[in-house]
Amino acid sequence: MARTPSPGTRDACATQLGGIMRKFYTLLSREVRSYFHSPIAYVVLIFFLLISGVDFYFQISFMNQRQVQYTVQEAFFNSIFFWFAFVLIFPLITMRLFAEEFKLGTIEPLMTAPVRDWQVVLAKFFGALVFYLVLWIPTLLYFAIFLKLTNQPAAHSAGAYFGSYLMLLLLGMFYLSIGCLTSVLTRNQIIAAIASFCAITLLFFLGLVQFILLDVSSATRDLLGYFSAIDHMVTFSRGVIDTRPIVFYLSMTIVMLTLTYQAFQSRKWRL
Amino acid sequence: MIKVENLTKRYAGQPAIQNLNFEVGQGEIMGFLGPNGAGKTTTMRILASFMPPTSGRATIAGFDVFTQSLQARAHLGYMPENVPLYGDMRVSEYLDYRAALKGVPHRRLAERVGDAKELCGLKEVEKQLIGTLSKGYRQRVGLADALLHEPDLLILDEPTIGLDPNQIRQVRELIKNLGKQHTILLSTHILPEVEMTCSRVIIIHKGRIEACDTPENLLGKIRQAGGVVVEAKVGADNGVGELKKISGVRDVIVDADGDWQIFSLRVESGIDVREEIFRLATARHWTVRELTQRRATLEDVFVELTHPDVV
Repeated sequence: MARTPSPGTRDACATQLGGIMRKFYTLLSREVRSYFHSPIAYVVLIFFLLISGVDFYFQISFMNQRQVQYTVQEAFFNSIFFWFAFVLIFPLITMRLFAEEFKLGTIEPLMTAPVRDWQVVLAKFFGALVFYLVLWIPTLLYFAIFLKLTNQPAAHSAGAYFGSYLMLLLLGMFYLSIGCLTSVLTRNQIIAAIASFCAITLLFFLGLVQFILLDVSSATRDLLGYFSAIDHMVTFSRGVIDTRPIVFYLSMTIVMLTLTYQAFQSRKWRL
Repeated sequence: MIKVENLTKRYAGQPAIQNLNFEVGQGEIMGFLGPNGAGKTTTMRILASFMPPTSGRATIAGFDVFTQSLQARAHLGYMPENVPLYGDMRVSEYLDYRAALKGVPHRRLAERVGDAKELCGLKEVEKQLIGTLSKGYRQRVGLADALLHEPDLLILDEPTIGLDPNQIRQVRELIKNLGKQHTILLSTHILPEVEMTCSRVIIIHKGRIEACDTPENLLGKIRQAGGVVVEAKVGADNGVGELKKISGVRDVIVDADGDWQIFSLRVESGIDVREEIFRLATARHWTVRELTQRRATLEDVFVELTHPDVV
């Protein structure tokens, strides 16, 4: 724990930093690999491909039948199909992160190795993030195929693609960090999944409250609008990059990961 | 290598270990004995920085396990009870991962993993999924893992539990060999194992240290209050009465085996009565087919210290 390096220890510090990064990378690569070792990964991948594929197909069929004011890409990211699949994947990705290690006892060899608690927390979070991003790769293909077959782009600009995927990344980080937190609080994966599913669903559909509670003041409605993931997605998928949601999701991710870290550390005292 | 001072751990107010004090020197093989729930695993987990003590302190190679936990862990190879492992990884893959995690340098990684596999006899299963391994092999993977970074100290929680006698023998040999370069603290239920491998033994009961000594000294203590077994044909004589007359004999219990009578004598400590018995037998023309001083085992020490009412 040499926090204050004495003069001339720059090389030693660099080596130490290298060691820290190497351990983080080792942990991260195990997390990512463990997704692909488990059947859950493939089930989630197939489930997600199926729903997003059906979504894409339905949106195009719908648009073939009537005049609409939006593009294929906007429709794809703002449909019921999309919402449904979207809130469901996070519990599936994150439930095992900590809960499984607690249940199997593998947390004991892990934490008695010379690794820091934050390295483990961040490795698990980024491991989940990598898998989440892998899920989205096939959707890029949909747009490529659409372009190839119809000779017209699925979106009105490159910014729209960028905005949609940026929003996916931001929402993904926030919801995955919620999943991390619920997984660290229990040794039961099902409980972790249900808890994160509840939290994520409530947050995601918060924006719909303004259509349900008609008698609330417009100020309340505006406030709820700031939290509405659905509204954020509508904005971003048009290619409008609003900085408020960016700050909101990044800071909430940091809050959730800090809570996860605290809960993970406190585990020692609760044993 | 290990220094433990006034170590106490309470679970929800209930003490699991109380005021433990002991030291393990460089190169020692220390056996850690005690009935289930005596606090062995708790102590070992504290030493491995898996959980903090309620009070007291412990150091490993001079590093406090709580405040300098990272350095302490770097000096330690720990094999937890029941060896939890990732079943979805292959043996080689797992050991590579663990070696990198423990900071084994890149250029030495292949060599270290190879050595550990060689030493623990894992070569033939290196490509297998850990989930498909037998208990014995899992145990060896755990041991190989503990050795990877050439730690000064090995802490092994029940390394032979659940193994068959052949495997126990192999692991025991392995531990003995490891003891030449490493300091070892191991816990076990199997007492002959301790007698054969350990240079010192701690017996812990209800969270307190009952004894801490070499196996020989512990046996010596109990042998003083040992006994003698005599199997003889005494004819019409009152064997019990005659034997009781010998000075130093406290009590005699008799058992019959056909014509033969088996006398179990309890003898005062420090006195060898076998010579007297021989003279008595020759004088009375008894036929003797056995005359032995019962050798106390570590099991007796263990039972006496941890179950005082049974003896």
